[in-house]
Amino acid sequence: MLRVTDLTVCFDGVPALDGANLTVADGSVHALMGPSGSGKSTMLRVIAGLERPDAGEVAWNGASVLAVPAHERGFGLMFQDYALFPHRSVAGNVAFGLRMQGLGGAAAEQRVAELLDLVGLPGYEDRSIGTLSGGEQQRVALARTLAPRPRLVLLDEPIGALDRSLRERLLDEMREIFTKVDATALYVTHDRDEAFAIADRIAVIKDGKIVADDDPIGLWHRPPSAWVARFIGLENLFPSAALDQVGLAHPSPAHTSGIVPPESIVLTPTGDRTATVAAVHFRGGTYRVELDIGAGQPLVAWSPTAPSPGSTVRFSIAADRIIWFTA
Amino acid sequence: MMTAPARTGSRAGIALAAVVPVAFLGYFFIYPLVAILATGLVEEGRFATSAFTQLITDPAMRSIAWFTLWQATLSTVLTLAAGLPAAYVFARFRFPGRAVLRSLTLIPFVLPTIVVGVAFLALLGPGSPIGVDLRGTIWAILLAHVFYNTAVVIRGVGAFWEQIDPRLEDAARSLGASRWATLREVTLPILRPAILSSAALVFLFSFTSFGVILVLGDLRHTTLEVEIWRQATAFFRLDLAAALAVLQLAGVTTILVVYARIRRRLTTELRLRPVGEITRRPQTRGERGLVAATLFGLALLIAVPIGVLVARSLTTADGFGVDAYVNLVDPPRNSAIFVSPAEAIANSLSYAVPAVLIASAVGLLASTVVVGSRGRLSRALDTAIMLPLGTSAVTIGFGFLVALDAPFDLRASFLLIPIAHALVAIPFVVRSAIPVMESVQRRLREAATMLGATPLRAWREVDLPLVARALLVGAVFAFAISLGEFGATSFIVRPDTTTIPIAIFRLLGRPGTFSEAMAMAVVLMAVTAVAAITIESLRGSRSGGV
Amino acid sequence: MRARAVVALVALIIAGCASGSDQPDEVVLMTHESFAVSDGVLEEFTAETGVTVTIMRAADAGTMVNQAILTKDNPVADVLYGIDNTFLSRALDASVFTEHRAVGIEAVPTSLRDPGNRVTPIDFGDVCLNTDIAGLEERGIGPPAALSDLTDPAYRGLLVVEDPSTSSPGLAFLLATIATFGENGDYPWRAFWQELVANDVRIVPGWDQAYYGEFSGGSGGGDRPIVVSYATSPVAEVYYGDLDEAPTGVPQAGCFRQIEYAGVLAGTRSPEAAGRLVDFLLSRTFQEDLPLNMFVYPASGDAALPQVFIDHAVVPESPILMEPSRIDANRERWLAEWASAVR
Repeated sequence: MLRVTDLTVCFDGVPALDGANLTVADGSVHALMGPSGSGKSTMLRVIAGLERPDAGEVAWNGASVLAVPAHERGFGLMFQDYALFPHRSVAGNVAFGLRMQGLGGAAAEQRVAELLDLVGLPGYEDRSIGTLSGGEQQRVALARTLAPRPRLVLLDEPIGALDRSLRERLLDEMREIFTKVDATALYVTHDRDEAFAIADRIAVIKDGKIVADDDPIGLWHRPPSAWVARFIGLENLFPSAALDQVGLAHPSPAHTSGIVPPESIVLTPTGDRTATVAAVHFRGGTYRVELDIGAGQPLVAWSPTAPSPGSTVRFSIAADRIIWFTA
Repeated sequence: MMTAPARTGSRAGIALAAVVPVAFLGYFFIYPLVAILATGLVEEGRFATSAFTQLITDPAMRSIAWFTLWQATLSTVLTLAAGLPAAYVFARFRFPGRAVLRSLTLIPFVLPTIVVGVAFLALLGPGSPIGVDLRGTIWAILLAHVFYNTAVVIRGVGAFWEQIDPRLEDAARSLGASRWATLREVTLPILRPAILSSAALVFLFSFTSFGVILVLGDLRHTTLEVEIWRQATAFFRLDLAAALAVLQLAGVTTILVVYARIRRRLTTELRLRPVGEITRRPQTRGERGLVAATLFGLALLIAVPIGVLVARSLTTADGFGVDAYVNLVDPPRNSAIFVSPAEAIANSLSYAVPAVLIASAVGLLASTVVVGSRGRLSRALDTAIMLPLGTSAVTIGFGFLVALDAPFDLRASFLLIPIAHALVAIPFVVRSAIPVMESVQRRLREAATMLGATPLRAWREVDLPLVARALLVGAVFAFAISLGEFGATSFIVRPDTTTIPIAIFRLLGRPGTFSEAMAMAVVLMAVTAVAAITIESLRGSRSGGV
Repeated sequence: MRARAVVALVALIIAGCASGSDQPDEVVLMTHESFAVSDGVLEEFTAETGVTVTIMRAADAGTMVNQAILTKDNPVADVLYGIDNTFLSRALDASVFTEHRAVGIEAVPTSLRDPGNRVTPIDFGDVCLNTDIAGLEERGIGPPAALSDLTDPAYRGLLVVEDPSTSSPGLAFLLATIATFGENGDYPWRAFWQELVANDVRIVPGWDQAYYGEFSGGSGGGDRPIVVSYATSPVAEVYYGDLDEAPTGVPQAGCFRQIEYAGVLAGTRSPEAAGRLVDFLLSRTFQEDLPLNMFVYPASGDAALPQVFIDHAVVPESPILMEPSRIDANRERWLAEWASAVR
């Protein structure tokens, strides 16, 4: 189990990490999401041992690893651009960590074959790195990281460089692989969909601090703040005053904003509310309807049929599903 | 992204690595230099400022200094102009005879200047087949410098060029850049460190050029180096010679300091491709034309003077024949000046092998320290490493004699010769290795670290293989420098082993043995070519292996 | 790791190579690059005396003298051989040698000897003009009878000489002109040189360039039929070229005698053995080996000359001799004046 406590890192007086706290449980994939410059890569590098923190603690199973040099921590790191060794073959790359552990010969060969199988590249041992496609490189990089059985796997935007269909496929495969090897992983990404697809828990980092840490469903339904809600892609965030105007009352004066989940809106002729349709977008099987409720920004709802833009529709809202925020 | 790197343990490693180069330079360069300058400039405890005043006030001295500077600059520019297209052709294209041709470019480098003088006189002197008489003009000197130093550019820049990802250029083309614009905006900026390195080496060589100036120059065209020698050996004015040496050193140091500053700012991290991945056959007509034109130019520049020497070696009293070669192996008379080629080669190798080993080891360590440390320390070592190349050979040679008799008396040791060669060769090793070392992506080293490699192991597994080829380039130069007996070895006392250049020198020192001297020069060229081709073929392709 | 092993190994090797001779049965002879001795000759010395000879080389005589002076407090060698009269005074002033009266010195003509016996003359050669016999014939002129002939229009563009500040024969020739024309009067040597320049003389840095590059005679590859070389050069042409007749001639005018000496270096750890080596250099064995190896004349009158010398060598009748101390005192000034005269 990895525990990061009050981690602080400053560059030229500017804090990149500002008292960040995180715990990654054994056997779980923990995503770390945040906007650019939020400090997520820095956190990864500090955990890996490639940077030193100015304050705070990184501990594995209760024992601090800060004094342990990077090459002895037993943590694997998969880089955004894979950093495959150009002067070695695929097998040479995958076996590298094994060699550092003193494993060689037939045993290493076998493990290499095992891993290449695992990532779906059987028989690729003798290929040269320069001849691989992006997807193949990513898989080799993953195989290389996993080969020496690291106790913690750190991944820095591992599929960011690939095209969308490939990404989705690799996401699925990675999830399977992580399950198969029972990996403890910290997965850094800026992509909400990726995090929700692969992680057992999601942490959100903002300005060097962890501002949310929950399982995906909990995070989606109970975001801790308006900012987090916006960041993870929740829509229909309105100030309380605007919601007041449409008759949705906030529970207390402390609640300054609220999210009307699109799932709580139903477009039905028996609805008790009306609004003009501002825009309709087809989203492959369903329609995203933007309703003008006079609050400055449209109210988004999903509908199986497309109302005409400019027309007036009736809809209802399940007010008890609104999420209110005090911050 | 700006990060402060966590140099866990590697700072100690760098410090340890610095011990050898610093000790080597300190004992074999700085100490003798200071000793000989003190001998020249300190009379009975007083510093001889009169020598310096004489230097500054004498217009002849000033014009010598000025000439030294501008001929070196011009030589460098011309050498770059000749060498860069050739470097490009060798780096990017495959064509029959590529390896052999590239090895041949090294041959001028080893030829003793008296031999080069013969070739150039034949081509550019009274009996010139092209009807020019460039004797005593600056053009003869410049051409000779280009002849000697093109190899530095071809190999130095070429080795780097070979490892640059051509997709960078493809990207530029796809963004609308013409070939020229790509060259200007993408390729040349990336190559700048390597170009600057080669330029620095060529400049230093030309700046301290001795033999070429002596043989091809005349009273009007003389450099600081020749003047130092003249003052020391003809006039016995060690004080003036020392003052001139200080002047030369000051000029060289200034230039090197500026160079070191510029260099750091220019390096970028690159993805280096393994060697051999990029070369292809020339495809378009333009490419084929370029290859042909470059090779033709190279042939003119290098093959023709060599051809002259070969022709002269085959000249006998009755037309062409191999008499000269026969005489070398089986002297018709029991004359003691004839040394068999085999013996001369063995002697040359007995110095060259240690020289290459010393230069490679010290050069590699020095490069590691320069790349691994920052700021003033890095620049200081970088400059210090280059200084021997810019220091008067007379000064170093005499310095050895004055300084190296305690704690061990090394003055008559055979090791002094490889050490003297290594002093001049190390700058080549360092200049080849550093651009490549600095370009190795930090990520690769970090990846190795995360896979469990200690800093030393990461260096060995990642940096070293990628740098190996650059090291080989430096090693080849070290070999050539040793074979050609550059630098201070003419001014030290040496054991009675006759190397090839000495054999040539001796044969040229008396009437009637000219063809034999040329034959020995051909032997030297042949040995160089074979050795260069052999060393180059050792690199192989390192992309396989677990 | 490996680098450190290499350094350790190197240090061991260096430690193992002590120089100089601490052992009484070894003598180090320092000489210049042109030194050559036939196989077996030095072995005879060892057989006679039990002392082995190690040869160390400097590049040329001028460098060698500098090295001897620089290391005089802790000499690298025991015996120095190859210092000539143009550099002698310099070395003597620096007290580089110790006295040694060589066995066999009586056979050496007095004109060659050093009165103080600090050095022993071993050989001599004369720097003279050489002419391309065929080349002059083609042009229909005879060899110059006197130095002043060289300024005649008839000899325009036919002469090549070496720069006296970089070449030993060049310096010898300059000294010959100084001795011939004198420093003062209405036609001093400077005026002679100015007229030489006006008469299209070619000045090159070194002997090999002058002879092989510019001279047309013998094995030379140039186009000028008169060069400053040695009186024994024609002999070398005959010897190496296996010729019947010498292709080059030696005019008697302007020959300068160069005498080469050997001396025991002050501070040597084996003065006795060093002295015996100097004696050996004056012995018949060595003296008779000299001519065909270095193309010089043996200093000892006892030594016989090889046949090819007898047949083809020209011995100048009255070569110019100049006091070594005079040379040393004026060299710098003369070279500077020469440089401005020919500019």
